[in-house]
Amino acid sequence: MVRQSLQDKKSVYGAAPVQDPVSSHTLAVIVDNEPGVLARVIGLFSGRGYNIESLTVAETDHTSRQSRITLVCSGTVHVIEQIHHQLGRLVPVHKVSNLTLEGTHIERELALLKVVGKKDKRIEALRVADIFRARVVDSTLESFVFEITGTTEKVDAFVALMRPLGLIEISRTGVAAMSRGKEGVHNGE
Amino acid sequence: MATKNMSTKAQPKMQLVKTTPQVKAKTAKSKPVMVFDKKTLTGAEIVIQALVDNGVDTIFGYPGGAVLPIYDAIFQQKKVRHVLVRHEQAALHAAEGYARSTGKVGCALVTSGPGATNAVTGLTDALLDSIPVVCFSGQVPTFLIGTDAFQEADTTGITRQCTKQNYLVKDVKDLAKTVHEAFHVAKSGRPGPVVIDLPKDVQFAPGPYQSPEDTDISRYQPRTMPDLSKIEAAVELIAGAKKPIFYTGGGVINAGPEAAKLLAEFVQMTGYPLTSTLMGLGAYPMSDTQHLGMLGMHGTFEANWAMHDCDVMVNIGARFDDRVTGRLDAFSPNSKKIHIDIDPSSINKNVRVDLGIVADSTEALRAMIAVWKKRKYKANAPALKQWWAQIEKWRSVKCLSYKNSQTIIKPQYALERLQSALSKDKREVFISTEVGQHQMWAAQFLKFDQPNHWMTSGGLGTMGYGLPAAIGVQMAHPDALVVDVAGDASILMNIQELSTAVQYRLPVKVFILNNQWMGMVKQWQELLHGERYSNSYTESLPDFVKLAEAYGGVGLRAQTPDDLDRVIKEMMKTDRVTLVDICVDQKENCFPMIPSGKAHNEMILSPDAEKFDKTLV
Ligand SMILES: Cc1ncc(C[n+]2csc(CCOP(=O)(O)OP(=O)(O)O)c2C)c(N)n1
Repeated sequence: MVRQSLQDKKSVYGAAPVQDPVSSHTLAVIVDNEPGVLARVIGLFSGRGYNIESLTVAETDHTSRQSRITLVCSGTVHVIEQIHHQLGRLVPVHKVSNLTLEGTHIERELALLKVVGKKDKRIEALRVADIFRARVVDSTLESFVFEITGTTEKVDAFVALMRPLGLIEISRTGVAAMSRGKEGVHNGE
Repeated sequence: MATKNMSTKAQPKMQLVKTTPQVKAKTAKSKPVMVFDKKTLTGAEIVIQALVDNGVDTIFGYPGGAVLPIYDAIFQQKKVRHVLVRHEQAALHAAEGYARSTGKVGCALVTSGPGATNAVTGLTDALLDSIPVVCFSGQVPTFLIGTDAFQEADTTGITRQCTKQNYLVKDVKDLAKTVHEAFHVAKSGRPGPVVIDLPKDVQFAPGPYQSPEDTDISRYQPRTMPDLSKIEAAVELIAGAKKPIFYTGGGVINAGPEAAKLLAEFVQMTGYPLTSTLMGLGAYPMSDTQHLGMLGMHGTFEANWAMHDCDVMVNIGARFDDRVTGRLDAFSPNSKKIHIDIDPSSINKNVRVDLGIVADSTEALRAMIAVWKKRKYKANAPALKQWWAQIEKWRSVKCLSYKNSQTIIKPQYALERLQSALSKDKREVFISTEVGQHQMWAAQFLKFDQPNHWMTSGGLGTMGYGLPAAIGVQMAHPDALVVDVAGDASILMNIQELSTAVQYRLPVKVFILNNQWMGMVKQWQELLHGERYSNSYTESLPDFVKLAEAYGGVGLRAQTPDDLDRVIKEMMKTDRVTLVDICVDQKENCFPMIPSGKAHNEMILSPDAEKFDKTLV
């Protein structure tokens, strides 16, 4: 009897749980700029199966040698909370802020697009760029390189419009983000 | 450069610590007592000096080309004993055994490449069980890193996911402060393993030494003090409970003996029942009636039912591991849950709780006791009486019963005889285990009344853990009685450590419950895979008695129940490493058992338990 019912489940682990809805969150992480710290942050995501949508990093304070990582990640509320705590326990991490939860914030991304074309397409590309306030930062008789900044959605829309107009290359920075208002993401804690 | 600097402007040197002017001023006052009689030290000497200054007296290791300068420095001093293991995995487990039995940080030393990769299992084991360990690994010289040099492995890369923190020290100037920070990180907050990778040229290079007192380690300061308003809310919940239970884990052990004392005080003040995880055994005396025994997959009937039916659960230093919770959506469905843990990421990780408190167990318990006293709380006596009556009914099932035999040794009986002999012995007793059925039986049948006396690989479940761990324990407690409860398969995974035990005259006792099977694997195959015993029978087992003798130890064997007491007595008398081959029933399975994916109230009892009465629930 016992045996029969047990054979229905052949795993030494339980069944996978039902998933809650997934949403996207932007985290600002202040870290010591030392070797391996980025690998540790990324390893945490791959090791625990979390999703990173975008990650940007650069040193923001030369004297204290600290860097700011801006992470856009997606998951259930529960997973996002875990990511927050898991990041927080890393030794070189000073502070983790969930900008999505902590009031409103601004997000910007910069992209460079190389568009190759002639005649009408070339004129149309310039026209669209003008609407999106993209700048021409390089041009030849047959090509433009556009620079655009804006939210991820705006950059996505611009990329979509440029595709039929001869877009051959894109380079995007990923999201940089900051909360609105006078409060800063302070180091410490 | 082995590890790329993350900023666009590469900064070659690792900067760990911001030295402040005050810190510098202190240098004059607290000069360390130097182990080496020189002004500047070599990197290797700095390592030794830093070990001494961090209170290390024993290090477990294995030499090789990339760590020879450190071995040379070890040779020239007397403060730090080096224990030569026979495999680097064992060095880590020994360091774990040392750490768990002393509450100090365990230390290991391995060479580059294969030395470091062999250490990975031990590091992962320490990570999952939150054991403070610092492991030094040799590395090829800095100028060869990245060239696939002889015995080069990307040690910091490989160990990043199995350490709490790791370092590659590329400049001898950073060495002392790195070691001090490593010790601080290993033991603070939720403890864990830390690796320091040391290129050979750094070990040779002369450099400055600074003492731990002169090193700023303030960047890593995990929270230990609880939020008092949450403690008050918790105590209010606890006091109002009708069917309460304490569920405690390794965090109480890691917090130190004071935490165990406070736990006992609080549990006795309330009169509430308590159950412990595998890792937490010993934090509360198992001989006390308020202890319901271990919970979880092979936990007691009463513990698991009490967890399932309770109305307030007080988790202190346990992490809702899947072996403990069983099916999550059916886990203790009607309780309010309080979770006290030093690691914020443990709270709400597996189980959503009503009240999460980030704190060291000692501080949390101290605060809870104070609130309970100040507010003059009293347990709800009639409700508690009813709850205990219910628990006693569960207890009366006698879930650990087994049918003894006159002719064949039941593993449970062997452990009962062992327990009886141990409790009569005057020496301090430490138990380690390997992994499998014998481990669960040891947890069920041996009695742990003090913290830090039980070493088992809980999180990782590492076969081969027990013997080296026992060696680490015995190094720290030379006069104690240290027994490794083993299985015939597991013991072969680090059997070479008998040689270490012989060399250092460590009278470790290995108590093998020999069923000639990978018993736990066999049990799952029997219950879940149609009795198709694929590769779980151990053909060609060695003769353990002769094996022990070949290593220079003592070998003993018990084949019938009548042999048991005599063999155990003899084992306890020997002053040498002793392998005891207990030939036990090959068919015995470990019960009770919650099949995974099932809830606590769906546990299977042994056919030998007093008949399970449905009216009880
Ligand atoms: C290193 C490692 N490999 C494999 C396993 C899987 N495993 C768990 S228990 C077990 C059998 C252990 O057999 P034995 O040591 O004889 O103990 P018994 O269960 O018979 O008491 C195995 C293979 C493990 N836990 N660790």
